[in-house]
Amino acid sequence: MPVYNIIQAVNDALKLEMRRNQRVVLLGEDVGNFGGVFRATTGLQEEFGKERVMDTPLAEAGIIGTAIGMALYGLRPVAEIQFADFIYPAFDQIVNELAKFRYRSGGEYPAPVVIRTPYGGGIRGGHYHSQSPETYFAHTPGLKVIIPATPYDAKGLLLTAMRDEDPVLFLEPKRVYRAAKGEVPEGDYTIPFGQAKIVREGKGVTVLCYGSMLHTVLEAVEKHGAGDFDPEVIDLRSLVPLDLDTILESVKKTGRVVIVYEAPKTCGFGAELAALIAEKALMSLEAPIVRVTGLDTPFPYTLELEYLPSPERVTKAISETARF
Amino acid sequence: MSRHPSKAAANAAGAGAPTGLIEAGEPPEPFALLDYEGNLRADANPALVPKISDADCLRLYRELLKVRLVDERMMKLQRQGRLGFYMQSIGEEATHFGVAYALRATDWVFPSYREPGVAFWRGYTLRDFTNQLFGNAEDPVKGRQMPVHHSFRAGNYVSISSPVGTQIPQAVGVARAARILGHDTVAAVYFGEGTASPGDFHVGLNFAGVWKAPVIFICRNNGWAISTPAHMQTAAKSVAQKAVAYGFPGVRVDGNDMLAMIAATSAAAARGRAGEGPTLIDAVTYRRAGHSSSDDPSVYRKGKEDELREWERRDPMSRFGKYITRRGLLTDAIDAQYRQELNDEIMAALQHAEAVGPPPLSSLFSDVFAQPTANLREQQAELEAMPRQKLGHG
Repeated sequence: MPVYNIIQAVNDALKLEMRRNQRVVLLGEDVGNFGGVFRATTGLQEEFGKERVMDTPLAEAGIIGTAIGMALYGLRPVAEIQFADFIYPAFDQIVNELAKFRYRSGGEYPAPVVIRTPYGGGIRGGHYHSQSPETYFAHTPGLKVIIPATPYDAKGLLLTAMRDEDPVLFLEPKRVYRAAKGEVPEGDYTIPFGQAKIVREGKGVTVLCYGSMLHTVLEAVEKHGAGDFDPEVIDLRSLVPLDLDTILESVKKTGRVVIVYEAPKTCGFGAELAALIAEKALMSLEAPIVRVTGLDTPFPYTLELEYLPSPERVTKAISETARF
Repeated sequence: MSRHPSKAAANAAGAGAPTGLIEAGEPPEPFALLDYEGNLRADANPALVPKISDADCLRLYRELLKVRLVDERMMKLQRQGRLGFYMQSIGEEATHFGVAYALRATDWVFPSYREPGVAFWRGYTLRDFTNQLFGNAEDPVKGRQMPVHHSFRAGNYVSISSPVGTQIPQAVGVARAARILGHDTVAAVYFGEGTASPGDFHVGLNFAGVWKAPVIFICRNNGWAISTPAHMQTAAKSVAQKAVAYGFPGVRVDGNDMLAMIAATSAAAARGRAGEGPTLIDAVTYRRAGHSSSDDPSVYRKGKEDELREWERRDPMSRFGKYITRRGLLTDAIDAQYRQELNDEIMAALQHAEAVGPPPLSSLFSDVFAQPTANLREQQAELEAMPRQKLGHG
C-alpha cells in the first residue's frame, strides 16, 4: 500500500473520481496549468483537459457562483478556494445560495458542489493564511462540513463528498498537508460522513478534536505525558453531520471532556460540542468541560505557536480535567 | 501589451494630458422596431423584424395580458390583507416575453424577481403561481419563500433569490456547464440596473467574458432601485457599455418594444450558440408601480408624474396590441374574450390557492439535506409534540 501525504491523497481522490465520473470538473485559481499553489491538482489538467480542470479569474464569489450553476446544470464541480481566509468574498454565494438552493426551491434545484480549501495555522502565514472558519459554515443549515486529519481519511472522505447529494465544505489541514503521512489504499474506498474515529481508546478523559489538532493532541499524548491520564482521543472528521453517538458514548465512559480546536474560543465549534454534552450527558460528567483553543484575537504572525493550542496546553488541560 | 508607459507618453504627460485615454461616447438610442403607436418604424431593418406567426402573436398578447391582470388582482388582494406581499411587472412585460419567445425551452432562465411572464410562457400555471403566493401545501417551493419567489424546474426557470445579483455568476456556470457537456444551451439572466452595482454583476460578466460563456445578461433597466434612481447607481452613461470592459458587446434596447426585445435576444442567443460568447442587453424600460407592495413611490417620485405619463404612452402591451391589430389579428372582441377568460382563470386559481391548507410541519425539515441529519430528526420530533402555532401575522 502506498504511503501518501494529505496532498497526494487529495490528488489521488480527485483523479480517481474524475476517471470514474465524467461530470466531475475542477475549478479555482491556479488549479489547472500550475496544479494548485499547494500542488493538490498536479497533473489533472494534463490528464483531463482545460474543460474539466478550469483556471478561473481571481474572484471567489465567481468561483462558487459559477460552480453552483454548473451543479444546477448537472455537473459535479469541485471548487478550490486557495486559502480558507479568502473564502469570505464567496460567503453570500455559499451561505445564502449554495446551502439553501435545494430547500428554497422546494427540492427542485439541488446544488452538490464540493468546496475544497486549506485552513488553519502553523505555517507562518499570518492573519490571512491561517484562519479556521469552520463555525460560520457549520452554523449554516444545508452545508456539510468535513475536516480530515490524515491522508487515509482525506481520500475516503473526499470521494464521499464528490458523490454526496448535498454541498460539502471540505476543509484541509494545511499545517499537516505534507507532514501527515500514512498508508492509503489504491483505488476506490469511501468513508461515510457523520462517523467520528476513535484514534486512541481510553477510559480517563474524552478528547474531541479535528483536523490538524488531532496531531497536536497525539503529540501531547505521546510526548508530553498526557497519555498517563488514559485519554480517549476522538477525531470528529465531520462537523456536519456530527457523530454525537460516539461522543456521548465516550463521555458516559470517561465523565470528562477536553475539546481542542484552533479557531477562536468564543462561539467556536467546541461551544456547540460542550452544549450538546451538557444537554445529553450532564449526569455523566465528573468535571467541567474544558476547551483548548485559539485565542479570541486575530491570528498573529510571529507568535502563532503561542496562539495555537500547543501540546503543552493540551496536556495541562487533560491532566487538570483528569484530576478534577 | 506593454505594462510600462513609453518615454513619449511620459513626456506628453508632462506637457498636458496623458495619452492612452479610453473614452466612452454618448450611448446610442435604444434599438427599437415599433413606434409608440405600434407601427413598424421607418428605420426598422426588415431583416431584423422577427417573423412571428399569427398564433404566436395572439399567444404573446394573451400571456402579456395575463401578467397585467394577475398583477391587478394580486395587488387588490394584498391591499385587502389577503396576501402578504406582491411585486408587479406593469410596463416591463415585454422584457419577459421578448426573451421567453426568442429562447428555446431548453435554454435556462435565471429570473431576478419581476419576470413571471417567462415562467408562464414555459408552462407555469396560474395555480402554481397563486399556490406559491399563498405558500400553501401545493406551493412548488413548499411555503419556504415569500410571495413571488417562484421556482419552475420543468421550465428551466431557476429558483429566485432575494439578494440581488447572486444569480449572475450562477447563470455563467450553467452556460459553461452546457458547453462542457457539448449542449448548445444558452443561459439568460435577469437583473435590474441597481444590480449593476454589486460585485456579483462584475464577477459574473468577467467570468463570462473570459470563458466566452453563452450567457445573455438582461438588465431590466427600469430606472429605479426602490427609491434610488439609475443615475445614483452608476456614473457610466449606460449599463450596456459595461460589457465593453469585459470584452463582449452590450446593446441598448427599447425594453417596451416586444419586437426589439425578441430581435435582440435572438441575436444574442445565436452568438452564444455559435461559441462567440455573452451579450449584455440593456433593456431600457420604466418601473411604473412601486418596487413592491410595501413600497410607496409617491414619496420619492413626487413631481415626476410627467415621467410616469410618458412611460404609460410607451406601454409595451398597447404597442404590441396595436401592432397585431394592424396585422388583423387582434380585435376588441378577442381582447374582451381574453380578459374574460383570464379573469375567470385567475379567480379559479385564487379560490383554489386560498382554500388549500398550509404545508405540513415536515416541510420545515425536508430538503435541508437530501436526507435529514440526526439533529433535524430530533428537532422535528420535538416540534411535532408541541401544539401548533396560528398561521399568519398579527
